[in-house]
Amino acid sequence: MRPRSRLTAVVIGAGQAGLAASWWLARRSIDHVVLERGDVAHSWRTERWDSLTLLTPNWQSRLPGFGYEGDDPDGFRTMAETVGFLQDYARTISAPVHAHTRVTSVRRVDDGYEIVTDQRTWRCDAVVLATGACNIPAVPAVARALPPSIAQVTPLQYRRPGDLDPGGVLVVGASASGVQIADELQRSGRQVTLAVGEHVRVPRIYRGRDIKWWMDRSGVLDQRYDEVDDIVRARHVPSLQLAGYADRRSADLNSLTSLGVKLVGRLAGVSNEGKAQFSGSLRNVCALADLKMNRLLDTVDQWAAGSGLDGGIAASHRFAATEIEESPPLLLDLARSRVRTVVWATGFRPDYSWLDVPVLDPKGGMRHDGGVVTGAPGLYVLGLPFLRKRKSSLIDGVGDDAKHVTAHLAAWLRDRASASAELIAARG
Amino acid sequence: MTTATTEKTARNGVNVDALFGAREALTNAPEAAQFKWRASCEWIKGTQSRSSVESFYGLGAEQKHKHKFSFDSDHPEVFASEDNGATPVEIVLAGLAGCLTAGIAAVAQARDIQLRSVKATLEAGMDIRGILGADPDVRNGFDGIKVSYKIDADASPDDIKALVAQSQKRSAVYDIITNPTNVTVEVNK
Repeated sequence: MRPRSRLTAVVIGAGQAGLAASWWLARRSIDHVVLERGDVAHSWRTERWDSLTLLTPNWQSRLPGFGYEGDDPDGFRTMAETVGFLQDYARTISAPVHAHTRVTSVRRVDDGYEIVTDQRTWRCDAVVLATGACNIPAVPAVARALPPSIAQVTPLQYRRPGDLDPGGVLVVGASASGVQIADELQRSGRQVTLAVGEHVRVPRIYRGRDIKWWMDRSGVLDQRYDEVDDIVRARHVPSLQLAGYADRRSADLNSLTSLGVKLVGRLAGVSNEGKAQFSGSLRNVCALADLKMNRLLDTVDQWAAGSGLDGGIAASHRFAATEIEESPPLLLDLARSRVRTVVWATGFRPDYSWLDVPVLDPKGGMRHDGGVVTGAPGLYVLGLPFLRKRKSSLIDGVGDDAKHVTAHLAAWLRDRASASAELIAARG
Repeated sequence: MTTATTEKTARNGVNVDALFGAREALTNAPEAAQFKWRASCEWIKGTQSRSSVESFYGLGAEQKHKHKFSFDSDHPEVFASEDNGATPVEIVLAGLAGCLTAGIAAVAQARDIQLRSVKATLEAGMDIRGILGADPDVRNGFDGIKVSYKIDADASPDDIKALVAQSQKRSAVYDIITNPTNVTVEVNK
């Protein structure tokens, strides 16, 4: 039998969320380990394309007890730099990481949880799930209707334009991944068609400042999960249509159109004759995104005026509306238009296949209240969209969430200990 | 979950509390959310037929309209018909207008925007060589639909645009028209 170890808490995942949890657990003197299937920052190492940079400026990667000290606070880290940053953090805080330890099962046992891994088995009182929200590409069912002659790739597999056939590409999805991949594929000489559903348009720079600076300072990113009107919707909003390009240009649809990318509506189906069918809603999804961006800029302007910034910075202005051709195509004959590859930039979902605790809703999502998993005392989750705040899915947001979640965890341990002490006293 | 508790003052005649209540209830009871919409149709003569709607299924039970509603459809005299009713494609436009306008009222109520008047005109282009079989490259249906709203409401122009955009996002008929739908037609004796 494999050796079994008993300890108070186990953190699963050594990305920014797991490391931030570890920092707070250590600070609260809670003994724990951090289990990691690969090395620290595994997803950042192995599941990102070559040219990707963080979408948040360097100054905004703040983890508990750790911030940016370089000379380019407004720059955007490459993936190698991001991995280095998280490695440095793990080293600096002496996180008790067990690398190359893949969790195969988490289940409830009488007095807590049992964590089975491909190395050994742990028993613990509390578990922090920090395995991320983007483990499995959410590829729509229509993918199965594509002819086998067309290659299909997700952002987790895509690395560089040169790996793809030189023919045309249909990129499905116009959020952060889709617009960046469409941009570099079109620049590589491939004709890109971009299928656009609902998206969130934001400029990179507004009134001379990074949009993330505005969102950070004006309090937009600190909006709490129990303050928004509709948290279900807020948790399902697609990623901002944003890129961390060195020239700080926006990654909006107008910029892609000017490169030669062809915009079409949401991919609605693929006919038996191999024709992709697009929704006629392109104009409306773009109108929704333009209006929503302007509401964000209104919020920014109001905050700027209220903070006395108006004199010292560039004047308020609005960006050109998204341009849509008069009649965007509704059908695309994939063979005749020489489309050789489809990129599914259609979002991701978490993988909980190893979690043998009944805490998922019928759609496979985690039931939780601000990171406290519902119906499983001692089980916590970090790193999900809008977990506690709008910034929860950012490296910059997970520290606050880890603070709250580990405070709950520590209080729960104390309550449980005093309850069992009372029970023993009553029996004694 | 807390929501804004400011007093709502708009009165557009839409019970949004009931709609939000239904959304909450049906999230946890997906089977009750399954509806079946029905229509029946009988040929009268020539290109005229009479469609009617009365029953539908939803909330786990058979439901009925207060009255049976009937719609005659026909073709106009320029098509050498008797023009005893709207053309079916005009009924499609009426369906889209009705759906989008209901959505505008509901979204306005939810956002506490008082509407004073909402008027829409719709126009859809069609090359009838398609339905006549005169050119196989021409589709039968519309080559596009233009909807133009005139809305008088207590809101900024952008807020009114956002009402109309949100209504499209949540409209059944807009979705039916903009996205492909499988249609199965069978013949029984």
